[in-house]
Amino acid sequence: MASMRDIKRRKGSIQSTQQITKAMKLVSTVKLQHARTEAEKSKTYFDCMYETVNHILSSVGDMDHPYLVSGNAKKKAVIVISSNRGLAGGYNSNIVKLVTRHEGWEKEELQIYAIGNKGREALARNGYEIAEDLSYLAEAPAFRAAMELSDRLLELFRAGEIGEIYLAYTAFKNTVSHEPTLLQLLPVERERYVRDDQLQDSSKGLMNFEPVDEEALNMIIPKYITSLIYGALKEAIASENGARMQAMDNATSNAEEMISDLTLKYNRARQGSITQELTEIIAGAEAIS
Amino acid sequence: MAEDRKFTLRIIAPDRVFYEDEVEMVEFTTTEGEIGVLPGHIPMTVIVSPGILTIHEAEEEKTAALHAGFAEILPEQITVLAEIIEWPEEIDLNRAEASRQRAEERLHNHTSEIDMVRAEASLKRALARINVLK
Repeated sequence: MASMRDIKRRKGSIQSTQQITKAMKLVSTVKLQHARTEAEKSKTYFDCMYETVNHILSSVGDMDHPYLVSGNAKKKAVIVISSNRGLAGGYNSNIVKLVTRHEGWEKEELQIYAIGNKGREALARNGYEIAEDLSYLAEAPAFRAAMELSDRLLELFRAGEIGEIYLAYTAFKNTVSHEPTLLQLLPVERERYVRDDQLQDSSKGLMNFEPVDEEALNMIIPKYITSLIYGALKEAIASENGARMQAMDNATSNAEEMISDLTLKYNRARQGSITQELTEIIAGAEAIS
Repeated sequence: MAEDRKFTLRIIAPDRVFYEDEVEMVEFTTTEGEIGVLPGHIPMTVIVSPGILTIHEAEEEKTAALHAGFAEILPEQITVLAEIIEWPEEIDLNRAEASRQRAEERLHNHTSEIDMVRAEASLKRALARINVLK
């Protein structure tokens, strides 16, 4: 049986760990609330963008636009949004798994655009090519930076350097549920947009474009991609803090459990040592008399 | 067309819902020129070019500086997805003036082509900001 001093020391160290996890939980709760309102604010834009693009694409009919068909290039660009800090449960490893365990993806074909240190480190360790590191965005998403990133990617896409663009992020459903999601940005998946014709009431009719279709799509699709990246960044932050809050909550209650266990052990050990001392004293006294 | 017809205008910016209400008419600048949209317009998608956006409500008019984005026009509704949009009270006139001067200088000096395009865009934005304040 461990000595009283050992148990006491152990308890002390767990207690201080618990204080840390408790504090971290409180901090991430506050951050989560903030991030959630932020994410909700940008969600309107994101939803409207999605709806509008959806509507536009479903009403243009058949079109051979470069953004709508896959390029010949083998390379795939993947934007991976993780966090800069750890201690967030499975948050980062889930995102990494989403990329490494994706069926049909060869390591050599991928170019990683990493947002978030943790994801970047894990993927680099696994031998993936990190094309760009934009980790500063993981904490403070900026619309302009999202725009520049999508511009760069679209340029590579147009030049035929990359054939497909994906986005891996953690979608924020609610406080307790966050889902790692892989989204295909380019070429825009047409199947997703093909709608039932009955859904479109006749008053809407066929969409007109000004300027002509192709030019309009040339301008709208970059905006669409930008808004997806930006929306994903916002959601990822909310998810990160949600995940960390959960992880820290679990850690705190685990520490609680261990402490009560150790307290019991400590008290037993103390009781045991008192009993032993008493027996020794009595035995000693009897021996003298 | 009846005088009192109205339609829904929604202006959405990345970080907020900028405006949402029933309006009589809305005017703004597109890549093809300035347009005014009334209720019952044919479905159309237009690309925004920097300029002033004027909202005609029943009683009053509101203006804002709209810089980038696109608009989906439907007979009963128009949705403007604005990347950058500001109310006049949010604009810093001094900053707009300064950036206009910078842009003009750059245009005079004829630097490389990319810079020209950029300077032109920033000049347009600055002008839109200044004009909306006037």
